[in-house]
Amino acid sequence: MSVSLEHYLILSALLFCIGLYGALSRRNTIVILMSIEIMLNAVNVALVAFSRYIVPLVLTGQVFALFVMVVAAAEVAVGLAIIIALYRSRETVDVEQADLMKG
Amino acid sequence: MSLKLELLTPELSLLIFALLVILLDLGIKQKKVLAGVSILGLLVSGGFVLTLWGRESASAFNGMFLVDPFALFFKLLFLIAAGLVILASQDYVSKFARFQGEYYALILISAIGMMLLATTGELISIYIALELSSISLYILTGFLKDPKSSEAGLKYLLLGAVASATLLYGMALVFGLTGKTRLTEIAQAIQTIPLTTLLDSPALLLGIILLACGFGFKIACVPFQMWVPDVYEGAPTPITAYLSVASKAAGFAVIARFFYTTFGVPDWLSLNWGILFASLSAITMTLGNVIAIAQTNIKRMLGYSSIAQAGYLMVGLAAVGVASMADTLGRSGLLFFLASYTLTNLGAFIAIIAISNKIDSDLIDDYTGMGSRAPLLALGLTLCLISLIGLPPTAGLIAKIYIFNAGVHYGLLWLVVIGVINSCISAYYYLGVVKVMWLGAPVSEEKVPSSWALRIVLALTCLGVLVLGIIPGKFVQIAETAVRIFTS
Repeated sequence: MSVSLEHYLILSALLFCIGLYGALSRRNTIVILMSIEIMLNAVNVALVAFSRYIVPLVLTGQVFALFVMVVAAAEVAVGLAIIIALYRSRETVDVEQADLMKG
Repeated sequence: MSLKLELLTPELSLLIFALLVILLDLGIKQKKVLAGVSILGLLVSGGFVLTLWGRESASAFNGMFLVDPFALFFKLLFLIAAGLVILASQDYVSKFARFQGEYYALILISAIGMMLLATTGELISIYIALELSSISLYILTGFLKDPKSSEAGLKYLLLGAVASATLLYGMALVFGLTGKTRLTEIAQAIQTIPLTTLLDSPALLLGIILLACGFGFKIACVPFQMWVPDVYEGAPTPITAYLSVASKAAGFAVIARFFYTTFGVPDWLSLNWGILFASLSAITMTLGNVIAIAQTNIKRMLGYSSIAQAGYLMVGLAAVGVASMADTLGRSGLLFFLASYTLTNLGAFIAIIAISNKIDSDLIDDYTGMGSRAPLLALGLTLCLISLIGLPPTAGLIAKIYIFNAGVHYGLLWLVVIGVINSCISAYYYLGVVKVMWLGAPVSEEKVPSSWALRIVLALTCLGVLVLGIIPGKFVQIAETAVRIFTS
């Protein structure tokens, strides 16, 4: 059996859902950041697969995926910095305890 | 192929000034200079935008970078918002021991991101521009590094990252369906796909929904509004003002261009997302207004009020979707409302910055008797709140008439009725603040002093609100010119 576009898309959709579930259900901020990375990588799988199967002669999808990786790295860097700032003042990385503001 | 760098001059000049601010910060002791340099950068960039205004629409980098009146209108709007925010930040920032240069530089960089967002016509660059403005705003939100500010920054970042991942998945689906990333080419590709194939494959509709989710976060429409009150409360107040106007306007700019250019034809497709935005609009304004009534913190109240205002703005988006391609009423209404909302909301926040800087509280109860303690600030705040309700003689009234007119014109009467009922509900909590300020007995007799910078900025925004409200003709014309575009 050969691997077709559908297989890649199913993989991508599964990864995206796993990431989304993790981001919405976990309480540790570091794990949430990791889940967001899974979502972004799911998108990368879809982009590269589309690029390979739909427009094999141009590399738009691959280039897009590269850009996504770079931006994701920047986002995680900022995210970790903010988590450290929060940890210094609250001694926790648990989102449930980041509850100074409500209502 | 020439690079046509002259089309990029507004962004490039602003970038140079942003870097200059960071460099100067290293060597300069007198930090006020940095704000001056930032303002100078905004003026230079604005000058370049004006030289491009009135020229033929042009594009650079293979249609990635579109310079048309629509983009230029938004660029001016972002520059004005950034300028007013920087002027209003001065008192606030001078309290920081360190990192004043970074603060101004980040405001400029996020302005560049928003300007790029309004001007791009291609998926990859839309994503990059969106993240450029968002990441700078995440940092600015957490800038104070106290528990509340860090918490706000963290919430904004985590939810923003999930939203941008959703947006990307939508983009990937649209890219997969058409094999193109330029918006005009996507539109052409969609028109060549036979109707039955399009209806059978859910990819396009799923893509539209995911895109609407991703962009909906940026404009804070229901159900992606939960970050707003917390982030608005925790962020430094000038940044809250910046978030509530510039970031929202950028979201509307990209949605209007994206959906109109890409999914504007065939008509049934355009009708689909028009109705999607119409229903979201009804829920957004109702929820924002109803929850705002219960708020005791004025920053949170304005947070919910800005959600409600996003609901009114989405009436314009819905009108764009429901109308046929050639009609401009919905789009020009959207632009005029955004201009009026930007001035009004900035004015309200500037008054709040001036007052809360001195009394050290954001609680509405502490504003009691402000009419006698700081008459000018209270007058400015009152004018802006009246404009947010949409009463004469302010910009808010004209903007609401304009955008609701577009709604009625394209058969969205039910939505306009909901909008008008909502305006009445909103009068309750806006006027509550006005009543407390003018009729309540002051907590203390002590006057609330304010700096000249804040007074001048507040006067400028109030003047803008009045001018847009009393002689709107010229500005309506500008809004109409700006939407006769979309080089497609």
